[in-house]
Amino acid sequence: MGTLIESLIAAHIVVGSLFIFVGSLGLVRLPDLMSRLHAQSKATTLGVGGCLVASMIHFGALQGRVSVQEVLIILFLFLTSPVTAHFLSKAYLHTQADPEADLPQAQGDSDWSTFGTYVQGTMRPSKPGIPPSDEGEASA
Amino acid sequence: MIESALTFGLVAVAAALLCNAYRLVLGPTTLDRVLAVDTMVVNAIALILLYGIREGTAMNFESALLLAMFSFISTVAFCRFLLRGDIIE
Repeated sequence: MGTLIESLIAAHIVVGSLFIFVGSLGLVRLPDLMSRLHAQSKATTLGVGGCLVASMIHFGALQGRVSVQEVLIILFLFLTSPVTAHFLSKAYLHTQADPEADLPQAQGDSDWSTFGTYVQGTMRPSKPGIPPSDEGEASA
Repeated sequence: MIESALTFGLVAVAAALLCNAYRLVLGPTTLDRVLAVDTMVVNAIALILLYGIREGTAMNFESALLLAMFSFISTVAFCRFLLRGDIIE
């Protein structure tokens, strides 16, 4: 392998592993669950992507063909990492968050829509005095 | 050059795993621990990748894909249990 390809692989490995370490360092240092979730999901996915690109270049240079398995892994991580972050934040909202103290104020006269309930085809918001909307969406 | 980069990468990912273990032991709430386990699995995927580069074989990448799938399903199931009290209704 030429030195250009070797330095490319080495640079991707170093940058990817640094991102992974910084993303996990955020779990130790940050004060709140939401901040930790933000740091972990962004930085860790990017770091694993960097390591995967290094693996693709490495095995492409060794075998002379493009390997699809790494693309599958990073595609799966890009698809599922936002879904897990969404579920974790929703669980936090419904179990731990104090709506007055922790959450920012929703715009207009309605509340956060995740706190409403779904009754007989209409969406009833959690604050009294607001008319129910016609869009049918389950609450959780 | 790749060997020293691999050593640095493996040490960094191992330190990240230690940080996740710290949050798993200490985390004041359950959701902190769920987040720590999910991050541990993603770091294990990176570890498998770097080990595969080091050994020169691509045979271990299916286990990385399987780990990704299992971690996603288990995190979603746990959060759904916390939200609903049941996983499949």
